[in-house]
Amino acid sequence: MTDAIISILEQGFIYGIMALGVYISYSILDFPDLSVDGTFPLGTAICVALITIGVNPWLCLLAAFAGGCLAGIFTGVLNVHLKIKNLLCGILTMTALYSINYRITGSSNVFLDMTSETIFTQAGKLFPPLVSKLIVIAVITLIAKFLMDWYLRTKSGFLLRSVGDNEGLVTTLAQNAGTIKIVGLALSNGLVALAGAVNAQYTRQFSVAGGTGTVVMGLAAVIIGATVFRKIKFVRVTTGVLFGMMIYKACTYAALASGLQAMDTNLVITVLFIAALFVNRFVLERNQKGGLRRDA
Amino acid sequence: MLKVEHIDKTFHAGTIDEKVLFQDFSLMVDDRQFVTVIGSNGSGKTTLLNIIAGELKPDRGKIMLNGKDLTAQPAYRRAKQIGRVFQNPAMGTCPGMTIWENLSIADHKGKFFGLSFGLNSKRKSFYQTQLELLGMGLENRLNTPAGALSGGQRQALALIMATLVRPDLLLLDEHTAALDPKSSDTVMELTQKIVEEKQISTLMITHNLRHAASYGNRIVMMHEGKIVLDAAGEEKAGKKMDDYLKVFNEISIECGN
Repeated sequence: MTDAIISILEQGFIYGIMALGVYISYSILDFPDLSVDGTFPLGTAICVALITIGVNPWLCLLAAFAGGCLAGIFTGVLNVHLKIKNLLCGILTMTALYSINYRITGSSNVFLDMTSETIFTQAGKLFPPLVSKLIVIAVITLIAKFLMDWYLRTKSGFLLRSVGDNEGLVTTLAQNAGTIKIVGLALSNGLVALAGAVNAQYTRQFSVAGGTGTVVMGLAAVIIGATVFRKIKFVRVTTGVLFGMMIYKACTYAALASGLQAMDTNLVITVLFIAALFVNRFVLERNQKGGLRRDA
Repeated sequence: MLKVEHIDKTFHAGTIDEKVLFQDFSLMVDDRQFVTVIGSNGSGKTTLLNIIAGELKPDRGKIMLNGKDLTAQPAYRRAKQIGRVFQNPAMGTCPGMTIWENLSIADHKGKFFGLSFGLNSKRKSFYQTQLELLGMGLENRLNTPAGALSGGQRQALALIMATLVRPDLLLLDEHTAALDPKSSDTVMELTQKIVEEKQISTLMITHNLRHAASYGNRIVMMHEGKIVLDAAGEEKAGKKMDDYLKVFNEISIECGN
């Protein structure tokens, strides 16, 4: 039981970083960004490739973040400058990344050498082995969350929120709304790739198909988080999103533990997602003001 | 001074829907002039505002503001000098952000939005005094999301936001048309007050003949891309609503309405 809870928390925190990224694109920018299915494994690929050639595992995380940012910029440029519809932009980036991720690692499946060092190697000596991974993951996720909370309260963060809220107003503030949107997508995909990189070191493997369903998972967490924690004033939305991912992971774990097979997970995901949307709509109708406005 | 010089604008050129709106259209607005613009639907009022703001490109001609040629600048660059309030109250504020947050971003217009704290606490009491003048009780609701306000309240807020950093030119596009008569009058009074206090050159489109007649110091009536009536100062003051109605009716008969 303890093992199960720790495993849920570990995965919840890792994928929670991804959900924070999805929160930026989906909720703040109002941009349903499917690039996420490609940028998550992009982070994994960059991280695995760099660790294999002996790069410091912490630097690998930064490199993955930067890689994700570049992919986000690509999606943004397609949308803002080539005027391609937002859904299509994400699909294009995701498709391109499938090949690129393969190129980065040179193979569709890569396992890290047992001797190669990861961010968990050092921590394993410092903390009790049972929770050492969880501590490292939680610290990374919380740093990401607090940085995001801080950023959203800066002037630049205000502008990011305005772009999703009312793009026309941003223009009247003499700011280039397109550029801000690109910055937001860069940050969003940077976070997603960072989650992919942490996951790479956690599972010690890269699979070219490892990103499938990521965006659905992220959206589910955002919507669960927003639904469950909407009414609690003192909980920030970012905290709600992390909790949403925990709830999500717990539900899929419970579903599998109840005898469903691994191939049933997609069905479980879909049912969960629909349930979250249904509750979200139901709660929305009773409480129009504040909180997270958008549903799917 | 705003100079709209020799503008041509044709919509759907080369199709059967081709519509020539402006042909060699020019308009000058002096500093501190408050121009009300009236005219029938399709007369080009909104297109004119969009061309000045940079949302639409003219086929020919120039837009000059205070001696600077704006014609090649995108809308967001022109916005440094131009303030704008739209007909739809939802367009002038960020609904998901609080009144305080909205005022803070408006107060930073045209500058670089960096990584310093977004909420402007130093100016909080200034914002409150500005809101107090509205008499809507918004000064006590700084943390209310703008989306929770009524149309009139939002439009008043939008007007304050558009002029918080004084623009050289204020464009009002039927900004009271979506409001009930009482809110509409309140927002007009506020408009008058702000424009006078800050001495901003203003172009105001309106369908409300009474507003057009009683506010501002110059009136321009447009019809099919041309100016059919232009009266400023005392000439405007001397005109009555009936005079405008007469011109309106003449135009309508001409169109066969």
